Amino acid sequence: MLVRRTVMAALPLAAVTVLAGCAGQNAPAPAAAPASARPAAASLTITDPWVKAAEKGMTAAFGTLVNDTDAPITVVSGTSPAAGRIELHEVVDSDGSMVMRPKQGGFVVPPRGTHQLQPGGDHIMLMDLPKAVRPGDEVQVTLTLQGGGTFRFTAVGKDFAGAREDYHPGHGDKE
Amino acid sequence: MTRRGLLAGGLAGGVAGALAACSPEPRPAAAPTGPNAGLNAGPNARPNAGPGAAAGVGRSVVTFHGEHQAGIATPPQAFAAFLGLDLRRDVGREAIVRLLRLLTDDARRLTAGRGALADVEPELAASPARLTVTFGFGPGLFAAAGVEEMRPEQVAPLPAYEIDRLEERWSGGDLLVQVCADDGVTLAHALRMIVKDARSFAEVRWTQRGFRHAPGVLAAGATQRNLMGQLDGTVNPEPGTADFDRAVWIRGEPAWLRGGTTLVLRRIRMELDTWDAADRTAREFSVGRRLADGAPLTGRSERDQPDFDRLNGAGLPVIAEYAHIRRAHVPDPGLRMFRRVYNYDEGTGGKSDSGLIFASYQADIPRQYLPVQRRLAEGDLLNEWTTPIGSAVFAIPPGCAEGGWIGETLLGG
Repeated sequence: MLVRRTVMAALPLAAVTVLAGCAGQNAPAPAAAPASARPAAASLTITDPWVKAAEKGMTAAFGTLVNDTDAPITVVSGTSPAAGRIELHEVVDSDGSMVMRPKQGGFVVPPRGTHQLQPGGDHIMLMDLPKAVRPGDEVQVTLTLQGGGTFRFTAVGKDFAGAREDYHPGHGDKE
Repeated sequence: MTRRGLLAGGLAGGVAGALAACSPEPRPAAAPTGPNAGLNAGPNARPNAGPGAAAGVGRSVVTFHGEHQAGIATPPQAFAAFLGLDLRRDVGREAIVRLLRLLTDDARRLTAGRGALADVEPELAASPARLTVTFGFGPGLFAAAGVEEMRPEQVAPLPAYEIDRLEERWSGGDLLVQVCADDGVTLAHALRMIVKDARSFAEVRWTQRGFRHAPGVLAAGATQRNLMGQLDGTVNPEPGTADFDRAVWIRGEPAWLRGGTTLVLRRIRMELDTWDAADRTAREFSVGRRLADGAPLTGRSERDQPDFDRLNGAGLPVIAEYAHIRRAHVPDPGLRMFRRVYNYDEGTGGKSDSGLIFASYQADIPRQYLPVQRRLAEGDLLNEWTTPIGSAVFAIPPGCAEGGWIGETLLGG
């Protein structure tokens, strides 16, 4: 079953905000808190971003994208110094099996709404890790939005038993 | 496209947080009560979202952030788990900082009644029930972090005492996590989250679970009974007083420990199967207090000052020379240790395995703890029925501000 929830949520307690349209802006990682607040007049934030710790290969980042504007925001791609490349994935039910695949059209965060990235659902896939993502590491992720803006946040590495990604590139586009 | 191992998985912590925000009841936005909050937080208690949650005990929140760590001046919660961790060999300063930031983040979320980050059972965090999480640094942490010169001399194993029968499995430890709550389910979940986030960095050396009277059973501030049946903790510095502050909080050196304290954690086995053979007169004689009301044998009520000079008709002291309260007596309230003890009861198979998790906080172990411990070890009638089987000493760093982490005064920067 496609797990997707669009939940109207109050402003998150902890959110990392980056101004859309400010590609290349350097927002320094929060010094102290793994997931720190950085309120701004902006548009897209993420609540409780985290990334599953992984020795090598690939892993995934999660959190709740929050759109504080009156128009939908679409995330179309991403980059991270912690990954050779990033794909935006969904998980779907295919003949009774849960499978993951690149999500056509990216993640759409509805106006004044949220989009959940969670194990078993949509997630940001970090592939070709150049080195381990360790628990407590701070991983920077930059998402590119439709229209060319970017959104940057820092996710904290967490040991996590679920979200086992056995994704094999090249298999994904055949559905 | 291929399968993932586990897909049906539940909600991550952040997800739960967002979901909780949708529920009709507000969730705690900030921790409302201080560490000195009473058993019933009353107007300070914030309602907490969650189906089936009752008012009162479950919803009470103890502030995590502050000058001091919570869980010391906090009126003792009903349940406690003391977790002793040993850092893995390859864990140095950088990894210890990552660990402490992760665990601080867990603590600040869980104590506020929110799931931890990546919590797969965030519903179990919904009733904070005065949850506190308190961290302590054992000697091994200083060595592993390469800051041995910052270790206070007093943060070291206690001297060996004749009465000790210490077991490795209850002694030592590089990192202490003390988890206390008025609810056993809340506590179990918090402990589980902490252990899960710690195990890449450390092995669990011991876990000591303890309990006191359940919330609401005794009037606020009443002295609890230990499993020998005695009122235990009558003479204790009272949080919120100048004597308490002087006895507990470190104000001078080292600077990184200002606002912190030290913890001596002793596991004291009670020999209940032989204690059974002691009659009430013997029991009261060995302690120097009456069992019924805790009054000193020279007084009428629990809070009466013992008269150590009073003699009986035979010319002997009413409170015996080796009675526990005489040997443990410290005249200066600011030089007393602060005891925050829990009972344990692990007996199986018909033989008792009960005792005290004796947690003592003090600014200065050599000045406040060691003299009393020495006098008790040299002669205390209660030694017949009590045996120290575990011992550990920790520096308890000061608290941290929002956005900070426990240990930053030692390892930050």
